[in-house]
Amino acid sequence: MRNAWIRHLQGLAERDERIFLVVGDLGFSVVEDFAAAYPERFLNAGVAEQNMVSVAAGLAREGYSVFVYSIGNFVTLRCLEQIRNDVCLHRLPVCLVAVGGGFMYGALGPTHHLTEDIAVMRAMPGMRVYVPFCARSAEVALDEVLSEALPAYIRLGREGVPVGEVAGNGVTAVRRVASGVAGTAVLNVGALHAQVVEFAEKNRADLYALCRLKPLPAEELEEVLGSYRRIVVVEDHQRWGGAYGAVCEAFGGSGRVESVAVEGFVLEGGREEDLRRRFLRGAGRA
Amino acid sequence: MGNGLTQDTEELAYRIRRLALEMVHRADSSHIGGALSVADILAVLYGRVLRVRPEEPEWPERDRLVFSKGHACTALYAALALKGFFPLEELADFGSPGTRLLGHVSHHVPGVEWSTGSLGHGLGLACGQALAALRRGASWRVFAVLSDGELDEGSTWEAVLFAAHHRLGNLTAIVDRNRQQALGDTENILRLEDICAKLRAFGWQALEVDGHDHRALLSALEAAVSDSAPTCIVARTVKGCGVDYMENRLEWHYRAPKTRELLESALRELAQRYGRPYEPPSMGDGGGKG
Repeated sequence: MRNAWIRHLQGLAERDERIFLVVGDLGFSVVEDFAAAYPERFLNAGVAEQNMVSVAAGLAREGYSVFVYSIGNFVTLRCLEQIRNDVCLHRLPVCLVAVGGGFMYGALGPTHHLTEDIAVMRAMPGMRVYVPFCARSAEVALDEVLSEALPAYIRLGREGVPVGEVAGNGVTAVRRVASGVAGTAVLNVGALHAQVVEFAEKNRADLYALCRLKPLPAEELEEVLGSYRRIVVVEDHQRWGGAYGAVCEAFGGSGRVESVAVEGFVLEGGREEDLRRRFLRGAGRA
Repeated sequence: MGNGLTQDTEELAYRIRRLALEMVHRADSSHIGGALSVADILAVLYGRVLRVRPEEPEWPERDRLVFSKGHACTALYAALALKGFFPLEELADFGSPGTRLLGHVSHHVPGVEWSTGSLGHGLGLACGQALAALRRGASWRVFAVLSDGELDEGSTWEAVLFAAHHRLGNLTAIVDRNRQQALGDTENILRLEDICAKLRAFGWQALEVDGHDHRALLSALEAAVSDSAPTCIVARTVKGCGVDYMENRLEWHYRAPKTRELLESALRELAQRYGRPYEPPSMGDGGGKG
């Protein structure tokens, strides 16, 4: 997903001289081509994330469209006040791009699990929040971020199941298994992985994916999911404040909406797919 | 105060101090001590150094001033109004409901580059703007006015590393070194000295000047442009400078000269310090919460 995203950014940078990429000393084998092609619009800010975001805001104040790329928690939680005050308060076109959504870096332990970002970024005033579910979805999100020129957050995960056709940044129908209007819909938020597809199949549910969490496409959600008896929101994120909360808000309460999400730190070792299986069984624990 | 060589900036400093005192009096608001300590720095910057156009605040070729010690907002608002960025009368709205003159500097006020208030943001923002100028070959300069208390912040030192590494010679930081932070003397809370030696070790040009001596400030600011390194001017100042009963007294980080008597006695002391006849308050009473 990150490779598709950076290739797309580089393609856009050829035509759009405002595009500036800032990295927090991360992106080995990802950002080198961009850096070589546009050295005057590339910056490695070092392992200093607070300053990285302030510098990005300063560049944006001078007319650049700045993309700040780093591993999940470092480009969100570590520099949160810089995001709030320097970027959001001034409504500057700075897009924070986090790689490692959910348990992408599962084996590296809880410091590298990105499981609170959606809640935190949704709370930032004026922030647009995108959680692409596949490579194409990441490109579509990038296009919208660039055209809106407002504070934004993009969470990238590990590419999983390819999705045939991405219908913008709202709700994409991934797979319909004929459960019909009275049945169950599974709404995936995060990189779409085989385990979620299996989960939907096991529940004989139609499977959808949602990319933009803020502004939430509430009308579209109502239109597409409104007639289902059950809506199960699956996200590799804490239960509180993430996609489940957003969807509940859209449907005016939690009546039909159920949550499969992370609860607390996941301290077991294991690869991403192992950790995903655990929380899909509801085995995440505080 | 008031040597003949820099009469224009001395006048500006006097007016900034008077207006700041009147604003905190009317609004019953805090932080007058840090506003009085930074007044001369702002007077020299706006009087002699900054290339700005009050009638065109976003003029692309302007010098950028990042006012990182946002709590000293009254001094900056006064300087900007005196320069003509907005009408002087608006200063009387400070502290009133609906005003854009917020209690920490707000970028919605003409001439203010950034809203600040949380310490440790300004130098990084200034680095971003200075880097943009270098990458584009622009000739404008970037100035960042910091409090000494915000040298406690790790983010400030991240920016110190950054500015030196990227050879931001178009960046000048000015530290208002009044030696007091919220709960006392900076050296008793989290020791900062030797500030200049630390900055030099990080690759900056650094010098210390009397932050109330306009000639010293002016020559330091004019000499600060470099091809290879950012410059920091550590301006030794007195918190509450200009009003005897406020000088170096921590309570004036918080208190306002709330009564008419306190305000008048402050203005009287100030006039005396400048060798001028006493002028009564210009804004009148009845505004704000005072």
